[in-house]
Amino acid sequence: MNLLRLPGRLFLESLYYLGQLAGLVADLFHAVRSGIWRLKLIASQIVAIGYGSQTVVVVTGAFTGAVFTFQTYAKFREFGVETSVGAIVAIALCRELGPVLTGLMVAGRVGAAMAADIGTMKVTEQVDALRVMGVDPVGYLVLPRFAAMLISMPLLIAESITFGLFASYLVTVHGYGVPEPWFWTHTTGHTDMTDLTVGMIKGFVFGIIITLVSCHQGLIAKDGAVGVGNGTTRAVVISSLALLVSNFFLSILLNYFFPLGTV
Amino acid sequence: MENLQSQPFIELRGVQKKLGWQQILRGIDLKIYRGETLVIIGPSGEGKTVMMKHVIGLMRPDSGEVIVDGQHIEKMRERDMRPIRAKVSMMFQNAALFDSMTVYQNVAFPLTEAGVRDPREVDKRVREALAVVDLSEHGDKLPVNLSGGMRKRAGIARAIVGHSQCILYDEPTASLDPLVSDVIDQMIIRLKKRFNVTSLVVTHDMKSMFKIADRIAMLKRGVIRFLGTPDELRNSADPEVQDFIEGRSGITA
Repeated sequence: MNLLRLPGRLFLESLYYLGQLAGLVADLFHAVRSGIWRLKLIASQIVAIGYGSQTVVVVTGAFTGAVFTFQTYAKFREFGVETSVGAIVAIALCRELGPVLTGLMVAGRVGAAMAADIGTMKVTEQVDALRVMGVDPVGYLVLPRFAAMLISMPLLIAESITFGLFASYLVTVHGYGVPEPWFWTHTTGHTDMTDLTVGMIKGFVFGIIITLVSCHQGLIAKDGAVGVGNGTTRAVVISSLALLVSNFFLSILLNYFFPLGTV
Repeated sequence: MENLQSQPFIELRGVQKKLGWQQILRGIDLKIYRGETLVIIGPSGEGKTVMMKHVIGLMRPDSGEVIVDGQHIEKMRERDMRPIRAKVSMMFQNAALFDSMTVYQNVAFPLTEAGVRDPREVDKRVREALAVVDLSEHGDKLPVNLSGGMRKRAGIARAIVGHSQCILYDEPTASLDPLVSDVIDQMIIRLKKRFNVTSLVVTHDMKSMFKIADRIAMLKRGVIRFLGTPDELRNSADPEVQDFIEGRSGITA
């Protein structure tokens, strides 16, 4: 019986956690239905989430594209298809690397900030102060971050893909001397809007996961600075893991609607 | 008091609350009448703030009833609390100012959120509230740049700016100098006289208590140990009450 106790407890804790997240989603829907959109807060969050994340997303995308090209080129050359490197890099960036790496970077940078900001407000009674003034904390704190994330995430992913592809171009064409028309012909010939659509859909889903998990950790923070620190760590860990796991299932699901090939 | 006795604005009936393993409130029965200033005293950690948070719905009792202006709020959903919170405001022990806003913006926040759209009206009321707590010169500062006492005063300004029917003060004069403490005391008395504001004040400041209180409740070990007027408190035969107001710990050096 003792052997079953730990998995049983983990299962119940997971259910409880999912229930809390579902409660936050319900509060978020209520906040949306109330029709109060704080545009200034949304704009400032877009600056914090979108504008502020550009450097990390661009650098991640560019160097991932570059190193992926570098590694792929050698093997592709053995098969005599080195001109197709751009195509494989583009597909990988659009469908997987762009959204996943951007998601992980945003989870680390923005998710942590969300959990820390809201968590600090929670432990210093600023969230209670909002409630006392009749202001819905979810409407005031979570909804603007949620809206800003949904607007920013696809743009960040697009940026990551663009710079990844550009880096791939530099390495392939200017590094290895593959003729430029071949690179672009293969790249554009093997990719289309469906690949980009997959990346964008994943971006939306990852944005939702990061915002919900991080804001929830902030809203349940307690026990002062240590509690905020723990909540921030949990926000990054849970949203990163949830993002990676959900990416696998999303890839399978989206492949039904936007098939890559015969799987 | 006859007139006051007829209309309780806030009523707690048998309120019990446990936090973790500790039973904080063990059945609180208390009526706070319209226009009355009730001061709550008692040793630290005995549940004064917890009791106050029940009045405004920040905490829900494990059992018992909380009635504010005739409405039961103990089971009311958070989203239905807005009308109650339009009538009752609260000054937090640590002020709970919004870090990202200036003092002026903090004080203006309850007004703009309550739908006051005329910037001149907002400006007038914010300046009035800041003047009351002697912070007119500091409106453009961020809370992080204020001293503890100034933060507290900014918290008071934010609590009074909305002209609520009832204001809850959690240690309003703690960490203030005697002169500013007197300003706050006079403000509480003036709000009561001019606008019939109901006040619930948690304090350890005995001098302030005797100045502002219509009645005093002493909370000890989760129950109301004493409830009466300042004169009744002074003349109380209860040694625990006398020890507390005289500040006698029983420990000698």
